[in-house]
Amino acid sequence: MMEPGVQTESALTERLIRKLSADLQPVHRLRPPAVRATLWLATVFVLVGMALYLFADWHTFLARMAVPRRALECAATGVTAVTAVLAAFVSSVPGRSRWWAALPVPPLALWLAGSGLGCLQNGWSLHGPGGFLGDSPHCFVFIVGVSVPLATALFWVLRRARPIAPLRVAALATLGVAALAAFVLEFFHPFDVTVIDLALHLSAVALIVLAGIAVRRVLT
Amino acid sequence: MSLPLACPGSITLQYTDRMQDETAARTDEDTVRRQDDALRQLMRAVQEGDRDAYDQLLRRIIPIVRACARRHCQNAADVEESVQDSLLTVHRVRHTYDPRRPFLPWLTAIAMRRSIDGLRRRTRIGRHETVELTPLELDEAGELQERTDTAQAAEEAASAGPRLAELLQRLPARQREALRMLKLQEMSLAEAALASGQTVGALKVNVHRALRRLRGLVSEGR
Repeated sequence: MMEPGVQTESALTERLIRKLSADLQPVHRLRPPAVRATLWLATVFVLVGMALYLFADWHTFLARMAVPRRALECAATGVTAVTAVLAAFVSSVPGRSRWWAALPVPPLALWLAGSGLGCLQNGWSLHGPGGFLGDSPHCFVFIVGVSVPLATALFWVLRRARPIAPLRVAALATLGVAALAAFVLEFFHPFDVTVIDLALHLSAVALIVLAGIAVRRVLT
Repeated sequence: MSLPLACPGSITLQYTDRMQDETAARTDEDTVRRQDDALRQLMRAVQEGDRDAYDQLLRRIIPIVRACARRHCQNAADVEESVQDSLLTVHRVRHTYDPRRPFLPWLTAIAMRRSIDGLRRRTRIGRHETVELTPLELDEAGELQERTDTAQAAEEAASAGPRLAELLQRLPARQREALRMLKLQEMSLAEAALASGQTVGALKVNVHRALRRLRGLVSEGR
C-alpha cells in the first residue's frame, strides 16, 4: 500500500506526462558542440584578426616571438582559449564525458609554466619597465575589457543548450575568453612578463572566471 | 589468478564461470543496446513533434530516471519529486539530443544531475534554511488568498487586495512568480516549473524566500 503523499506525487507525475505530451512542439536540433564551437571561434578569430591587422604592434610582436619560450607561452595561451571554449560547448550538452573539462588543463599548465620561466629568467624582479607596476594595470584592464564582451557573446550562444551543469560550463567559457584576451594582449605587450605583470594577468583571468561562475544562472 | 596451477578442476570451473559471466554480460549489453535504439527512435520522433512518441518515451524512461533518483533520495516522495524534475529537464533540453549518439548516457546524465541537485537542496535545508513550507507559512499563504477571494471578507479585501498587490510588487520577479503560481493559483510544483522555466528546487527556494520576505514587509507595515 502506497503512502498518500507518494500516491499524490505519482498522480502528479502521471499528470505531468500527459501535459508534457499534449503541449509538445517540434524543436530545432542543436548542432553538434564541436561544430558550434568551431563556428564561434572562427567568427571571433576573424574579428580579432582584423583588429590585430589594423592595430597590433607587429614589429615588436615578431621580435618577441623570435624567442622560443615566448612563442611557446603565446601558443599555449591561444590553445588554452580554444580548448576551454570547445570544452564549454561540449560540457553544455548532457551525456558527454566529464573529462572534457580537463582539456584546457595541459595548455593552461604550459602557459603558466612559460610565464613562470619568464619571471625566473628575469630574476623574479618585481620591477618591469616603468617602475613597480609599470604598464601592468593596463594589461589587467585590457584582459577584463576584452573578456567581458566576448564572455557575453559566448554565454548568449551557450545559453541555447540550457546546460544542466552551469557551473562547469561558465567556468570553462570564462577561462576560454580570458585566455583569448591574454592571447590578444601578447600582440600589444612590448616587454617580457614580470612577477607583478603575471600576477595581474592571472588576477584578471581569475576575476573573469569568478564573475562568470557568479552569473552562471543566466545560462539556464 | 588466485588459484594455484596444481588445481586443474578449479581452473576449469573458474573458466566455465567466466564464460557464463561473459555470456550474461553480452546478453545485458545486447538488451541495453536494443533499449537504447528504441528510445533513440522515439526521441527522434519527439524532436519532430510526435506527441504519442513522447508519451511513450516518458513512460519508458521513468523506471530509469527513478533508479537514478533512488541512489540519492531516501524517501519515496523525494524520489517522485526528482523524477518530475528530470522529466521537466528532459522536456527543456530535448533539442540538445543528437540522435546519432546513444540515448541512455544523455538521459542518465540529466537524471543523475537532477537527483544530485535535489540531494544538495535537502542537505542545505537541513543545515541552513527551512525551504519546506511550515504549517504557519501555508496558513499565511492561505490567508492571503482568502483575503482576496472570500465574499465574507469583501470589506477587508477591499483594503488588503491593493495592499497585497503592492507587497507582491516589492518581491523579486522570480519569487513573485513562484508565490503566485504555487500559492495563489495552486499549481503543482511540476506544473509551475513547466510554466515558469524554473526548476522544482528553485521554485521551492523562491516561494519560501517570498513568504519570509512578505512576512518581513507585513511586520514593517504594522
